[in-house]
Amino acid sequence: MKNKKIKTHEPLFHISKRTDISRSKAIIIRVISLLAALVVCGIVTKIFTGDDPISIFKTIYLGAFGTGRTLVTIHEIAILLCVSLAVTPAFKMRFWNTGAEGQVLISCLSTAMCMFYLGGKVSDGVLILLMAVFAIAAGIIWAVIPAFFKAHWGTNETLFTLMMNYVAIQLIEFFLKIADKSGSNVVGPDLLTHGWFPKLFGTNYLLNIFIVAVITVLLYIYLNYSKHGYEISVVGESENTAKYIGINVKKVIIRTMALSGAICGVAGLLLVGGASHSIDSNLADGRGFTAIMVSWLAKFNPSTMILTSLLIVFLERGADEVSSKFGLNADFADILTGIILFFIIGCEFFINYKININHRKTNIKEEK
Amino acid sequence: MSPCVFSVNFNTGGTLILNALELKNVTKRFGDVVANNNINLTVKSGEILAILGENGSGKTTLMNMIAGIYFPDEGSIYVNGKPVTISSPKDAFNLKIGMIHQHFKLVDLFTATENIVLGINDKHKFNIKDAEKRVAEISAKYGFDIDPKKKIYDMSVSEKQTVEIVKVLYRGADILILDEPTAVLTPQETEKLFTVIKKMKEDGKSIIIITHKMHEVLSVSDRVAILRRGEYIDTVVTAETNEAQLTEMMVGKKISLNISRSEPKNSVDRLIVKNLNLTNADGVKVLDNISFTAKSGEILGVAGIAGSGQKELLESIAGLINSSKGEVTYIDPSNNSKIDLRKKTPMQIRELGVRLSFVPEDRLGMGLVGNMDIIDNMMLRSYKNGHSLFLDKKPPKKLADKIIKELEVVTPSATTPVRRLSGGNVQKVLVGREISSAPTVLMAAYPVRGLDINSSYTIYNLLNKQKENGVAIIFVGEDLDVLLELCDRILVISSGAVSGIVDGRTAKKEEIGLLMTKAKGAKENEE
Repeated sequence: MKNKKIKTHEPLFHISKRTDISRSKAIIIRVISLLAALVVCGIVTKIFTGDDPISIFKTIYLGAFGTGRTLVTIHEIAILLCVSLAVTPAFKMRFWNTGAEGQVLISCLSTAMCMFYLGGKVSDGVLILLMAVFAIAAGIIWAVIPAFFKAHWGTNETLFTLMMNYVAIQLIEFFLKIADKSGSNVVGPDLLTHGWFPKLFGTNYLLNIFIVAVITVLLYIYLNYSKHGYEISVVGESENTAKYIGINVKKVIIRTMALSGAICGVAGLLLVGGASHSIDSNLADGRGFTAIMVSWLAKFNPSTMILTSLLIVFLERGADEVSSKFGLNADFADILTGIILFFIIGCEFFINYKININHRKTNIKEEK
Repeated sequence: MSPCVFSVNFNTGGTLILNALELKNVTKRFGDVVANNNINLTVKSGEILAILGENGSGKTTLMNMIAGIYFPDEGSIYVNGKPVTISSPKDAFNLKIGMIHQHFKLVDLFTATENIVLGINDKHKFNIKDAEKRVAEISAKYGFDIDPKKKIYDMSVSEKQTVEIVKVLYRGADILILDEPTAVLTPQETEKLFTVIKKMKEDGKSIIIITHKMHEVLSVSDRVAILRRGEYIDTVVTAETNEAQLTEMMVGKKISLNISRSEPKNSVDRLIVKNLNLTNADGVKVLDNISFTAKSGEILGVAGIAGSGQKELLESIAGLINSSKGEVTYIDPSNNSKIDLRKKTPMQIRELGVRLSFVPEDRLGMGLVGNMDIIDNMMLRSYKNGHSLFLDKKPPKKLADKIIKELEVVTPSATTPVRRLSGGNVQKVLVGREISSAPTVLMAAYPVRGLDINSSYTIYNLLNKQKENGVAIIFVGEDLDVLLELCDRILVISSGAVSGIVDGRTAKKEEIGLLMTKAKGAKENEE
């Protein structure tokens, strides 16, 4: 016999899918991953900046919920939540709508144009109504165009919606050139003087927050209890099943995207009419993309989305504060946000899969 | 230097026989499910061992561990007496073990030879001519019928299977595992395959064949190993056993293998299909002038090789695809009026009062939504009822509870996603929903595929009951024995055309087998 060792390399561990995980266990995993994220953030901060991690975390918190900031932060959450709600019906239908950014922007533009051209010519009440109609109509048009092409000719909705974003940006740039002859890249409150949303209880933003809260409730009911919501789920889960029971898939795609666009329209309206009273091509600030993450993290549940949008806004605002207060590059804030999101999304793996380590000893004798 | 003695088998005569393959106490778990529990299995060299067991009994999992696709949680494997670790298909290949999977793994655009040599990494300079020569040699040696230069997309299912087998032999395999090789073959092709398998055995190869068809086990194997629900039951010598004994070991209890068949009563025409034609997106004619009549109180079987147009036929009738030409006429039992079903969606068909139910082949991908619970799946057919914008979940909840109770669906609750149920229970949910609407026409495509014997009989009984209620049933099946026992008439289709309609009570299996391949020869001549 040859003097040769038999290969007994065995995999050290193997991964298996969990069939069921208790709610409490899933929460524990999420909390642990969040803590781990903070620890890594602390280490990274220490290494690269030498600053004390604890004071950095404190700054993050104060950045979001410090004096005078809470309302602004809640409003930010509301706007992000609104866009997230908008993309949700489409994503539940597995329609990869990457065009929420453009749908919001084109609605911002419609709102601003109403304010610019009609401001002072009609009463403010009528103006706000017109702003709403045009904003929602613009959102719907921007969303339905790719949906129509997808439904009838099977075009790729991801690319189509993405390209629509750039069209919206260019249209805004064009408007800016016409509206403000000085060449500024923003048309501000000095030009958009009419059509501002009324203050609720003497406070800014409260009306916006209230409107988004109503939309959240309505969308929750629509997705879970209406026949339309059921059709969206069936089309999203299996287009073949939808065809089998006779759902008109084309109609559902177009109808659902129209709804998505309409809610984006509301977001645009709130941004311009209810908050900034200005317009520039950066007004949506990437929310159309962040919203995709918010929606997926919440597994398309509107009530969970309140939490996920809170998390994202909290991180963004906190990180902004850190980079300015400690005199760091603005990108450093993004690094911290990235680390935390990595852990939060990564922990889903441990919720869905189990890692089994092979404890057994090899019972195979070596041959000599 | 002492050689290890693990695999030497002292049989009763006291002579030493070296086992080609031996499994000892092999266990494999998937989560909480034990797919294989403490399995012991011996394959002697130069024998044909059949692995018999129902769907879900763990046959394929066990074979996948030998082929290096899964790694056992416990236990050890010996090849030719030596303990081995098989942690990848490459390890299996080095040990001269080859597996022919149920679903072929071939590149459509490549030729037979290109597929066969794909992935071989030896030091020699590669020469396709030499490879083709060797493929031809192997084919000649074992009696395969294969053209080394033919592209895969031009091949029939049986030719593709041949390529898979040659691929394994080309790599010098001594132990061949065939996973349900006859599932896709006609009776004639099966015979041919068995001849080849026997030739390989004479050449000293060890062959493991997975199947759940009893007559095949009896006709081809030397010994039979039986698995039941992941447990190893026994290995018996084929010559010393019989069908009844094997079935009992496989199912765990004595069961009668007869399907009852009543005489059709008051049969009248219910669904008339005339000259139905369909061309698919690639311009291939998938339905070729199909005409037949389905009668009330009768089961009409549809036989044919997989992919001969069965799916398209049922989907055309159900309104899922628009056939290019032809007529589909439904005769309303209440007033004998004729209703044209062509160019109508399933929803429109239902709105016309046509009670047409359809159990599609793809249960979780078409008939049901896997991620939805039983209640929501019940709602698929009825959610539009009423004028409210909102869903009424009470009737589907009631229906779900009723089906769970009456059909004995094993499920934790009515709110369990259906994908978590076993195959048999999924099918009960689907069939239950489809017959709950009191259909007058019931179409079922492969309704017992993947089901264990008990569940299969539940489905046969349900179909028979519907037949007694006067429903016209169209049953697309793959097991000819079942079709011959269950159906009143059998429509045979071949390459999308009707090649014959035979009487289920008098027809012979071979006759149907010939009809299944009949029109195909004519087609090839055209090319």
